[in-house]
This record gives sequence, C-alpha cells and structure tokens, in this order.
Amino acid sequence: MKVLVPVKRVVDYNIKPRVAADGSGVETQGVKMSMNPFDEIALEEALRLREKGQADEVVAVSIGPQVAQDVLRTAMAMGADRAILIQTDAEIEPRVVSSLLKAVVEKEQPGLVSMGKQAIDDDMNATGQMLAARLGWPQGTFASKVEIADGKVEVAREVDGGTETVSLTLPAVITADLRLNEPRYASLPNIMKARKKPLETIEAASLGVDLTPRLKIVSVAEPPERKAGVIVETVDELVEKLKTEAKVI
Amino acid sequence: MTALVLIEIENGKVRQASRSAIAAASRFGEVDALLLGEAGAEAASKLAGIRKVLHVPALKHALAEPAAALLAGLAGSYSHVLSAASSSGKNILPRLAGLLDAQPISDVIAIQDESTFVRPIYAGNALATVQSSDSVKIMTIRSSSFDPVAEDGGSAPVEVLDAPAEDGKSSFIRLDQSQSDRPELEVARVVISGGKGLKDASNFHTLLEPVADKLGAAIGASRAAVDSGFAPNEMQVGQTGKVVAPELYIATGLSGAIQHLAGMKDSRVIVAINIDPEAPIFKVADYGMVGDLFEILPALAKAL
Repeated sequence: MKVLVPVKRVVDYNIKPRVAADGSGVETQGVKMSMNPFDEIALEEALRLREKGQADEVVAVSIGPQVAQDVLRTAMAMGADRAILIQTDAEIEPRVVSSLLKAVVEKEQPGLVSMGKQAIDDDMNATGQMLAARLGWPQGTFASKVEIADGKVEVAREVDGGTETVSLTLPAVITADLRLNEPRYASLPNIMKARKKPLETIEAASLGVDLTPRLKIVSVAEPPERKAGVIVETVDELVEKLKTEAKVI
Repeated sequence: MTALVLIEIENGKVRQASRSAIAAASRFGEVDALLLGEAGAEAASKLAGIRKVLHVPALKHALAEPAAALLAGLAGSYSHVLSAASSSGKNILPRLAGLLDAQPISDVIAIQDESTFVRPIYAGNALATVQSSDSVKIMTIRSSSFDPVAEDGGSAPVEVLDAPAEDGKSSFIRLDQSQSDRPELEVARVVISGGKGLKDASNFHTLLEPVADKLGAAIGASRAAVDSGFAPNEMQVGQTGKVVAPELYIATGLSGAIQHLAGMKDSRVIVAINIDPEAPIFKVADYGMVGDLFEILPALAKAL
C-alpha cells in the first residue's frame, strides 16, 4: 500500500507572527519557515506503517511556490521515498488544496492519505475532511492512534470529553493529532541522501482546478492588547484584589 | 434568510457551545436546529429563539460521513450552516463543505454582516476579516465569543427525519469518556490550570484541586503538562486544545507559550503564579505573583 502525506510550508511555530503594516496578512518575508508540525506527525505515522510492513511507499506532496521544495526535502530526509510539488504562486484555501490533492490521489492511487489535522498558519482544520468528501472516502480526524488490519483502519480520535474509536474501510483519510506520535529528526546522512531522491514538479494550472478563493481576506489586524497588570507580593493581597478590585471571587 | 445549526447534547442538555452557535446564527435570520442521535429532542425544542428542530434519531454517533451527506441534502434550503467549533463540528462541517465545493470558515469570533466574519489565525496572533462568496456559508463558531441563547423558554416543533443510507465505510466502535465532577472547561466561570511546573500528576491533584474546590473552578492544563502525562488531554487549554474565556483564569507553573495563550487570553481576569519573573504569562496577566507554587497554592486554598 502506498501512503500519501500532504505537507505544508508554514511560518515556524517558534516565531511570533507579525501582522504586515498594510493589514494584508502576516509577514513571511525573511521569516523562518518549516514543515507544519501536525504534518510531521502525519509523516512519522506513515513511516512507521512502512517500517511495520503495512505500507510499501511513502509519498510526500506539497502545494505552493518553488521554495516549498525545502519542506519536501525535509520530508524525504525524514524517510519519505519521493515527493511531488504542485507548484503555484497563488494564495490558496483548503477548498482549492483539497481539489488539487484529489487530482494527485487519482493519479497516485494511495491506500491511505495521512495528513495533519490543521495548519498552524490559517488554523482552518478543514483540508483532510474536504479531501475525504471529494474522494467519497471515510475520514479519521484528530487521530491519536492508528491500527491497520484486514483492509480497515481503526482510528482512536481525540474528541471533546474523551476518545472515540472508529473503524474505516480503506482507502481512507486520517488527520493527525498531537498525541499520535513523536516525529523523528532527520539525520545529516539522511539529509544528504534526500537530495538524490526524486522530486517531481507539476504545475497546478495543469490540473484543471479553479484556484480562485471563495473566502477573500479583507484585512488582517493585531488582536487587541491586554492592559499591563500588577505584581502582588502575598497571597492575601492577591485574594483581596480579586475580591474588591476585579470582583471575580 | 434562514440558518441551520448542528447542535450537540450532553447529559440530556443542549451543550452551551451549541447554544452560542444558535446565538450567532440568529444574526442571519430564522434558525432551525439539527439534532443527531436518539436523545435530546425535548431539550432542543425548549431552546430560545429557534423555529423548529430537525431530529435524526438514526444517526446515533454523529459519524461525519452520514452526517455530512444528510446536511448536504438540507443545505440548499439555508443561507448559512453553523455549528460550535467543537470536535464534532470540526469533523462534520468541513466534510459538508467538501461535498458542496464551498470554503468553510472556522472558529468565527465575530459577525460583521451576512458574508463577512472575523476569525483568529496564527494561534490568535492575528485576526483576519474574511468575506465569503459561497452561496451557502458554512462556519464553526467559537463559543466563548457569543453569549448562548437560553436553555428554555421556547417550544419549537420537532420534525423527525430519516437518515441517509450509510455507505458502510465507517463504523463507530466505542467512546471512552473521561470522568469528571467539575464544571466543563469551556463553560466554567473560573479555570485554574497547571503546567510543567507542577512536576507530576499527583501534584496536579493535591495542589490544584483544593483551590478549584473553593472556587467551583474547572481544571485545565498546558500542552507540556499533558504531554508529560500530568493531565488527560481533554484538559488541554490552547490552540490545539480547548479555547476558554472564563471570568477568572489562574495559570500556575506554566510559561505562557503562544500555543497556550491562544486558548485563554480572552479571559476577563488572568492571574499568573510562576517562579520565573520573565515568564511570558506575566505579559498577559492582570495579577502576577512571582514565587514557588508549592507554597503559594496551599496558602491560596487556605485564604479563599
């Protein structure tokens, strides 16, 4: 079975994002970019399935500008066998991403798509569900445990108030939650080897998908700042202030 | 215009988060509620401000595949389809959007007009105002941003619907519920949360519970505390956990990473207790106390 792993290039999670002065978005020029952390977890899970003999090939795919090649090289350094870049300079939303991924799935015919539950830039949490819908495949979102047996995948899902377990007939889409696994680091020899692994580039425009967004960003602004607080010295002072000043207890 | 809201039931009541979604939906016009599963029709019909309840008892576990298929059949009669930004809403609504080739709008915190909405991006470090050109607008609502409608006062008629034929590709196996007598995190008036500074799971109980008991508070945790096994993951507050906005949020032994702040910085009053005076949590705290939480928390429980 082949596993397809979509990965997104995003502003590194350690960087505090800065809103562009013209309110058009968040500054990304000259900012450190990395693979979306949830995608690393999804990739790690695919690699583990391969190591258990349940998958025979792991293919990473990213959609974006030419520079998104760097996250695909990272994916191959972690262990993906090959990579596909769907190249576009357009700003694309999950609706478009899921359409483009559907075209890749139809070409590659994977038995499983393993992806992150959300990207830490747009915080949408939608692409996996949308892709599953477009393919008519079942979905296992917010996965914290994945077990494959007899043409099915059993997925433990992180839900409000507990864990729900579902069984899905393959092929299926799963989206990784934080607790699914601890992604490995790419070693230096593997980073070198990844340079020689195949990376195919496909023009997004050639896939016959309309890239026009339905959700227009009107403006992006800083959230309102909180007023600076005070430091209290004793517990009694804290309780007193919560009672009489803040009136919350 | 009429909006459809997918609602959820918990312990026989309509979840507060669903009632917030109904409040948001009422900005668009009349509101119908969609209820999946056997329980809750009576509670749903009493909700304030709804026109009718569409009840689908056959969809017991609200699996995304049949639920989205059902919604796709109903969506044509509505201008907006909403749910709480709960795990269930986030599972089902984007799948519906995939079926309708629409772009869903996640975690809406403000509604400007019928097609213009505000939502946080980058873990709440920026607020995006977005405009949808979809014919049916599909969105999830951040419950802490909208005051919920009342649990009773209404008497909406209940219309029972059949479930769509299942394709057999997904099935429910079990739900492992976590047990807690405390208020639900997302609706608690007071939340006290702990981070890695609590050092282990037993301290989580012995230090936080006495304070929580005195205040009737829910207990939360940072991602680091959850990852270290100090607390179960449904207690996680943050970008990848629950988003809360209580009257009072007491953060103890946690630094205030961006990921955590995204889940609590809209709380009305924030108290930080931390041994490190440089911890970022002090930048958002209304009241800060620098010191050892192993001394401060027992003293606080005593003083309350």
